[in-house]
Amino acid sequence: MEPASMPKQANVPLRKKRKRNLFFSKKVAPYVFVSPFVLSFLLLFFYPLLNGVIMSFQSILPGQTAFIGFSNYERVFNPTFYRALYNTSVYVLLTTILLVCVPIALACLLNSRMMKLSSVFRAALFVPALTSVIVAGVVFRLMFGESELSLANHLIGFFGIEPVGWRYGAVSGMFLMVILASWRWIGVNIVYFMAGLSNIPGELYEAAEIDGAGVLQKFYHITLPLLKPVTIYVVTLTVINGFRMYEESFVFWENSSPGNIGLTVVGYIYQQGFQMNNMGFGSAVGVVLMGIIFTISIIQLKFFGALKKE
Amino acid sequence: MKKSGIFFMLLGLVLFLLTACNQETASDEEGETSIFGEGIEGATELTFWTFQELHTTFFADAVNRWNEEYPDRPITLRAETYPYDNMHNNLLLALQSGKGAPDIVDIELGRFPNYLQGEPQLEPMNEYVEPVIDTFVESRFNIYAKDGVYYGLPTHVGATVIYYNKEITDAAGVDIDAIDTWDDFVEAGKQVVANTDAAMITLETDDYWSYWPLIKQRGSDFFDENGEVILDNQINIDTLQFMHDLVYVHEIAELTPGGGHHAEEYFGYMNDGGAASVVMPMWYMGRFTDYMEDLKGKIEIRPLPRWEDGGNRSAGAGGTGTVVTNQSEHTELAKEFLAYAKLSEEGNIALWKVLGFDPPRWDVWDSPEIMEDNKFYQYFNDDIFEILLDIREEIDSIHITEKNPLVQQQLTTNVLNNVLRQQSQAAEEALKQAADEIRNQ
Repeated sequence: MEPASMPKQANVPLRKKRKRNLFFSKKVAPYVFVSPFVLSFLLLFFYPLLNGVIMSFQSILPGQTAFIGFSNYERVFNPTFYRALYNTSVYVLLTTILLVCVPIALACLLNSRMMKLSSVFRAALFVPALTSVIVAGVVFRLMFGESELSLANHLIGFFGIEPVGWRYGAVSGMFLMVILASWRWIGVNIVYFMAGLSNIPGELYEAAEIDGAGVLQKFYHITLPLLKPVTIYVVTLTVINGFRMYEESFVFWENSSPGNIGLTVVGYIYQQGFQMNNMGFGSAVGVVLMGIIFTISIIQLKFFGALKKE
Repeated sequence: MKKSGIFFMLLGLVLFLLTACNQETASDEEGETSIFGEGIEGATELTFWTFQELHTTFFADAVNRWNEEYPDRPITLRAETYPYDNMHNNLLLALQSGKGAPDIVDIELGRFPNYLQGEPQLEPMNEYVEPVIDTFVESRFNIYAKDGVYYGLPTHVGATVIYYNKEITDAAGVDIDAIDTWDDFVEAGKQVVANTDAAMITLETDDYWSYWPLIKQRGSDFFDENGEVILDNQINIDTLQFMHDLVYVHEIAELTPGGGHHAEEYFGYMNDGGAASVVMPMWYMGRFTDYMEDLKGKIEIRPLPRWEDGGNRSAGAGGTGTVVTNQSEHTELAKEFLAYAKLSEEGNIALWKVLGFDPPRWDVWDSPEIMEDNKFYQYFNDDIFEILLDIREEIDSIHITEKNPLVQQQLTTNVLNNVLRQQSQAAEEALKQAADEIRNQ
């Protein structure tokens, strides 16, 4: 009996050790650290995504769910969908331009030594990002009311312009959505760009100054190129957020805008899925939208060279 | 370094303040809960969802009466009010997934067809409806029924009437009792526009209450009795053209500020004497008393002008069907309570007294309790129910199909806006286009 128990005794600390090794091993640790993300991704994103794809091939009614092949997809590409896609694309284009150019300029301003009270401005510019879109939207809706007493119409009245029915025209409607989004997100993007600016070594500017570079030259040849990684990040984010946009339209028109001037792709999903009780069709639109965002993101990242190995 | 310190302190402060604000608004968006009949021992708790806060006051009253009448089976009602879309979507998902639905719920007519698709997840109410249906405006049950099974109990008749601001019509020298046809109305309108600053009437573009009752009044509808789309028939085209002409040819009408008669902008406009009249169903009375207080004593209710001699002077419009879902744990109790609340005589009298609705049970219309003075008589004229009894036979039933949400969508996005506001399409073209789109779905 004795000899048999000997190795057992020696075994115990060894197994403990191995257990501990396993826990501390460099091979396992990364997986442990990423597991919360992977798990939440699988549970909160991958499962709904998979289900959405399945639902897009179904007609869904209580007690009468059936597979109907591609017939949801056959109906997706209709004039209303194109209108929604057009609105969304214009919105994405405008917000991307505004939300990159303006924050870069403001970030440079705030970062410059000439700026007084820059911390106050930084905080002030960031505040809009913290308000809820719904709350901000109600205020915007009142500001841009159609009566001549609304703030916006009152202001343009000083320049002799007739009151505008902001919520009823295609151009002014788009303007409302873009201005609301810009107002909210400029502060956030400024924070990104300021982080980028603080990573640019000051020696570069000093060297450029010695070489006689002006303000604009420094901006074009040093600031912009070195901000490129941040810019790519901000553009990608703005594009994806733009395609997912829904609230900015909802606060102005809820679910039906005159002539669909405020209809976005996500709004269309919502309208078809819930208002018309057509969840299969809504899912099909969602899958198409996912394809569009995916394609655009890939093209854009390729274009910026972000997919190349450094 | 010091600067960024201040920056983050400021940021922290702002964040703190805003999260505090946001928490408050968040709870607002989640909806409001009130509990009625609390503190009774052994009471069964039922949940009730609605999209219209006013409706909860009616159920509070019903719970009190029930608990007095049936002390052996007391009820506690947990009433939750959510925004319109929010509530209907939550209910749709709850019924679809088989979890989370309340015992009793208000469903608005425009969305009701969604809940009748597939196998309705609602409880049949036939055993309670059939014995009393003869005393009701029967058509109000048919709009919440499928294959002969009644699911929803009506909240009102929704008789459409015209509300005149008598102060304005008097100032213009118009006698509202002399207005018998829409032609008379146009003439009176010209007088109002000429002699006062007000418009004669406002027309909705974001909602369809200015349009649906008028076509119904002429015997038309969006669908015929077989469910075929008739949205683009001649009557509907003519009616829309007439609305267009009121604004642009006769120049006596304005498009409703805010787009609809439930917009904040409109309440302010009307309260300030912006228009001399508005066409809305009887259930709109509550909006006057609650949101347009300055008009108290100035508003007179009359039947709609006729389209031709002997034509109808009203039409049923809108509605809310209250149902019991199949997820209720106390199905029988919930059904019995709901029937008690909405089918009994007392219940129908309460619909008038509490909400100012025209109760669907017409045998109470001349009961003494209905005639008792209340805030609606103080605000409007005294002969509201005499008018209602007078036009009872002239309230036609609307036809509801599962495509009604689609019609609502088409009218409020394209048709009314393109024809009345932008004038980018003629009435005929817009209606034909919308009708084709609905047929193709």
